[in-house]
Amino acid sequence: MPLIAEIFEVQKDDFVAAGEASAKIKRTLKKLGVGSEVIRRIAVCAYEVELNLIIHSLGGTIDFSVTQERVTLVVKDVGPGIPNVDLAMREGWSTAPESVRMMGFGAGMGLPNMKRNADEFDIHSEMGVGTEITMKFNIK
Amino acid sequence: MVIRRIAELLDAQVVLGADKLDLDVGAAFSSDMMSDVLAYVTGGTVLLTGMVNEHVIRTAEMVDLECIVFVRGKVPTKEIIDLAEENGMVLMTTAHTLYVTSGILYSNGLEGIGRRE
Ligand SMILES: Nc1ncnc2c1ncn2[C@@H]1O[C@H](COP(=O)(O)OP(=O)(O)OP(=O)(O)O)[C@@H](O)[C@H]1O
Ligand SMILES: [Mg+2]
Repeated sequence: MPLIAEIFEVQKDDFVAAGEASAKIKRTLKKLGVGSEVIRRIAVCAYEVELNLIIHSLGGTIDFSVTQERVTLVVKDVGPGIPNVDLAMREGWSTAPESVRMMGFGAGMGLPNMKRNADEFDIHSEMGVGTEITMKFNIK
Repeated sequence: MVIRRIAELLDAQVVLGADKLDLDVGAAFSSDMMSDVLAYVTGGTVLLTGMVNEHVIRTAEMVDLECIVFVRGKVPTKEIIDLAEENGMVLMTTAHTLYVTSGILYSNGLEGIGRRE
């Protein structure tokens, strides 16, 4: 039984709200008394994936759940999908437009950073369908 | 290095968190790319940046950064300051460039973060 289960909707191009879901996730974990090092890793992954939904996807959801042992983020979007996941996972590979770079993002660091910070990382993507990323963090 | 000393060395104007200048930071990181901040930085670090927008504050929040120095005389807007205040941060602005800001702090003993494994 999860202690907490919450779903955050993230809209395409909604830069104004960027970080709101991740900030809520971070606050919730602080209240639960989870260790600060793992909270930082979870917050970084949540923010990276939230930004990717805003920048690259047509919109999606972050499903956040907490049990005694772990925190899970399941992230689903409604497209467009990633044509080559191996390439997307490489540091420095980005299709972000110039406008996104002007804001300080689009270095192609997000996906590899999520993989490094999560205890388990799983990505599936299908063109025309969408992308699903699952990240798990041990908090015990 | 104590944040107060950072402000003095940089001849910086503290725009938020004047009551938190006794806070100590162990290292500094200079970047205009928030993607790199997310990939390299952990708490106890001061961020030196020429990027001024709300995403800088959000990024700092996620990696537990408590102090941001805006370089090249950039001044944060009220929205940016409000978001930083919610997170209990210290914000300051210096007229120096990113290179000179980094050089002043480094030559006064504030180290960079370690290289990523
Ligand atoms: N949800 C998504 N839907 C479609 N494409 C995606 C999605 N997430 C990532 N991508 C693709 O994978 C690439 C790499 O993503 P990654 O997060 O590593 O870098 P970035 O977002 O481009 O830059 P950064 O994360 O450093 O700001 C993106 O440029 C984009 O082409
Ligand atoms: Mg990204």
